[in-house]
Amino acid sequence: MAAGASYADARVVVSKQETIAVQNQQVEAISHTEHAGVGVRALIGSSWGFFATVEPGEAKQAGERAAEIAKASAVVAGPPLEFADVDVVEANYETPHEEDPFAVSQTEKVDMLIGVTKTMQDVDGVAIATGNLTFYDTGKWFVSSQGAKIHQHLVESGGGFDATALGDAETQRRSYPQSFGQYETGGYEVIRRWDFPNNAQRVAEDAVALLSADELEEGTMDLILEGSQLGLQIHESVGHAIELDRILGWEAAFAGTSHLQLDQLGSFQFGSPLMNITADATIPGALGTFGFDDEGTSAQPVDITREGVWVGVLSGRDSAAIAGLPPGGMVRGDGYNRLPMVRMTNVGLLPGDSSLEEIIADTKRGVYMETNRSWSIDDKRLNFQFGCEIGWEVKDGKLGKMVRNPTYTGIGPEFWGSLDRVAGPDEWVHWGTPNCGKGQPMQVAHTGHSAAPSRFKDVRVGVHS
Amino acid sequence: MNSQQLAERVLDLVKDQAEAEVLASSGVSSLTRFANSSIHQNVGEYVDSVGLKVAIDSRIAMARTTRTSPESLATFVEETLATAMREPVDEDWPGLTAPVAVDGPEHYDQATADASPVARAELVKAFVDEGEGLLGAGYCETEDGTHTFMNSAGHRLTGRETSAAIDGIHQTGSSAGSGHAFSVAVGDLDAAAVGALAAKRARDSEKTFDAKPDEYEVVLAPEAAATIGVFLAVYGFNAKSFEEGMSFAEIGAQQFDEAFHLYDNASDERARGIIFDSEGTPKRHIDLVEDGKTMALAHNRRTAKKAGVDSTGNSFPGAEMFGPVPFNLFIEVGDKTQEELISEVERGIYVSTFNYCRILDPKSMVVTGLTRNGTFMIENGEITGAVSNLRFTQSFLEALALGKIKGKGNDARFADSEFGAGFVHAPSMRLEGWNFTGGAEG
Repeated sequence: MAAGASYADARVVVSKQETIAVQNQQVEAISHTEHAGVGVRALIGSSWGFFATVEPGEAKQAGERAAEIAKASAVVAGPPLEFADVDVVEANYETPHEEDPFAVSQTEKVDMLIGVTKTMQDVDGVAIATGNLTFYDTGKWFVSSQGAKIHQHLVESGGGFDATALGDAETQRRSYPQSFGQYETGGYEVIRRWDFPNNAQRVAEDAVALLSADELEEGTMDLILEGSQLGLQIHESVGHAIELDRILGWEAAFAGTSHLQLDQLGSFQFGSPLMNITADATIPGALGTFGFDDEGTSAQPVDITREGVWVGVLSGRDSAAIAGLPPGGMVRGDGYNRLPMVRMTNVGLLPGDSSLEEIIADTKRGVYMETNRSWSIDDKRLNFQFGCEIGWEVKDGKLGKMVRNPTYTGIGPEFWGSLDRVAGPDEWVHWGTPNCGKGQPMQVAHTGHSAAPSRFKDVRVGVHS
Repeated sequence: MNSQQLAERVLDLVKDQAEAEVLASSGVSSLTRFANSSIHQNVGEYVDSVGLKVAIDSRIAMARTTRTSPESLATFVEETLATAMREPVDEDWPGLTAPVAVDGPEHYDQATADASPVARAELVKAFVDEGEGLLGAGYCETEDGTHTFMNSAGHRLTGRETSAAIDGIHQTGSSAGSGHAFSVAVGDLDAAAVGALAAKRARDSEKTFDAKPDEYEVVLAPEAAATIGVFLAVYGFNAKSFEEGMSFAEIGAQQFDEAFHLYDNASDERARGIIFDSEGTPKRHIDLVEDGKTMALAHNRRTAKKAGVDSTGNSFPGAEMFGPVPFNLFIEVGDKTQEELISEVERGIYVSTFNYCRILDPKSMVVTGLTRNGTFMIENGEITGAVSNLRFTQSFLEALALGKIKGKGNDARFADSEFGAGFVHAPSMRLEGWNFTGGAEG
């Protein structure tokens, strides 16, 4: 503040990560990573200045560097950046967890993964069987020039496995629980609950069967999505589109902007009346759950769409001030050395009153797809094309033959407008995405996406080269 | 503590308890970000970290830390050794790199290492000033780093690197155009020229029409051609992918047009980075594709041992799981101006950049993505108008197959941006066909 900032804060972050990767019963990697340092943020005029160092004892110098950097921004200045007030708190938060994942023996973890890959390799036709686990333990200490003092201890656990079968001209892969694995806040109980060993054989058999399955033919039909794929659909076509920094143009060059305009907030029909989406950083166990964001705002639930109408955004204290909205507590930085920015928390679709079984029984002609294989969406978050690992034709209310390389494409609001069935709370899962990239320098965030199987009417499927 | 002292400290702590290799890095990374034609996020970071790999009777463990106090490093080494002791034997452990001399240029520029926040802001200003009446957004980055490799076999290497990039867009109310430049030396960046190109592309594409999705002949600007290079490198010329049967590569086969020559060369004066890899192996010049024939793969020590060849020096931290990747790619330049390439197209699409490209199948190299920041219709040898962004679903192998490359530009440059700056040096390319499968907005 002595260097001229109107606001400043500092975060000390000490994080450790354990990754275990096994391929075909051989350990590919066991790695431990530990990052510790302090990042200081200073607001001067129209710009944030930020500097990070690994030496906690150099926090003062980091603050001076942050202010110096911010002042240099005046060469290309904009309007002064406002900063919304929030309650100034002194608080502690810890992720609820039962079993410290770092206390579980390395041998138990490795043996489990070796066993899972063996089960998959025992299925004829499986060429590559991989399994992995990753655990995070993060301590954060946040102080601000306004007097906030917050300590948080976050514990996250996750992993997954996949089987790959090789054909002459293409490969087929099946994953469990989802592509890249399933991640949640919590301890090793997360891994035990997903029961990797008893799902390995089925997943491997699917991978092999896909090689001889017919390719999904191009057409327009009803699309039923399994929950994890719907979670990614929400992430890409809703979660990023409602980020207020994108809407304000702050991410225009790299991540992109949004098709949503602020003057549409409260009136834009984003989807069908079944589209009730919230951003809720308080859901126990979900990956985007915490106590406070990285500028001291309490975690909170925020309505994003109500009966299909767009009513909320993901915001921080600066972007909310510009938009005239209350800060949503959605600003986080990737470690001590990244400037906090607007990130998704748990952006999910609330459950409906149906079930996957009922949805299939109610579908005359369609396709059911599971597990993401590829994803691509334009810079306004309008046009998307997703590929899934596996699909099944649906005819006259029954699952039919398996199809390979299932893809679907659409335009966000049209697609969400076609949502007509959503499964209920029994099939509602807090899917976790551990690899959301955004910002420059690149930052990776952990986000949650609660979803249950759902149906979309008249979707273009089967797009191929 | 500098990177040499840090590496030495860690190696001393291991003593003779294990085979060990250490990679320590230190430096400063700075990035000035702008949007709505003003700087809004301006960041810097002092980087200091050390990575350790140990092998105890072929039981391997890896770790990395930024905690460098004597007590922290002692704990770090002790825990890494303990982790290795609990590991099963790794039958494929290739051992340590023997001491070997490394010759080649140092990609380092003192002025870049010393670049101030004001210097970066001045480059941003030069970019923004070229877009009068437009909204500019992007970043200017300078980095310097020193990396020290040491192993318990007595191998010692230190290298320095710098890099500088400016990358941005200008926007009208309805369109955007991009520009990009990279160099080891910040003084080489012509921010005004980059801004002028972005502004021209934005203005030229202000009024667009929707082109019908179909297969079109294309002229790809260097930015778009570089994207193809990234996918070929990551999924195809990665020896781990090859050994797993996931790569398209068939050594000696005519998999590309005769006009396609792709090589990896960290010692090229224009390249970025240091000239040895994370295992201490000197980075070799690799001709990956010559006259359209697939010739070689990128290896680290592990894949090289399995294949019975020498490592090409393409390991990096994390390559144990991902495999070795060539990061200093060059697509051989052609002899035609961009105007000449366009003049030879009867009906086609000019693509400035691709965006959000994702692999659908690594073996067939089918990729989907979109055009962005300037897409234009070519008719009778001239650009006749701008078209809305298009989605494509295209096998990159088929796009570059024998007979498919109709011309290459003489305008090669580091034009990559979606996946990071300074990794692919590429020219414009005229290709016979590209499968556009949808309009970006419906």
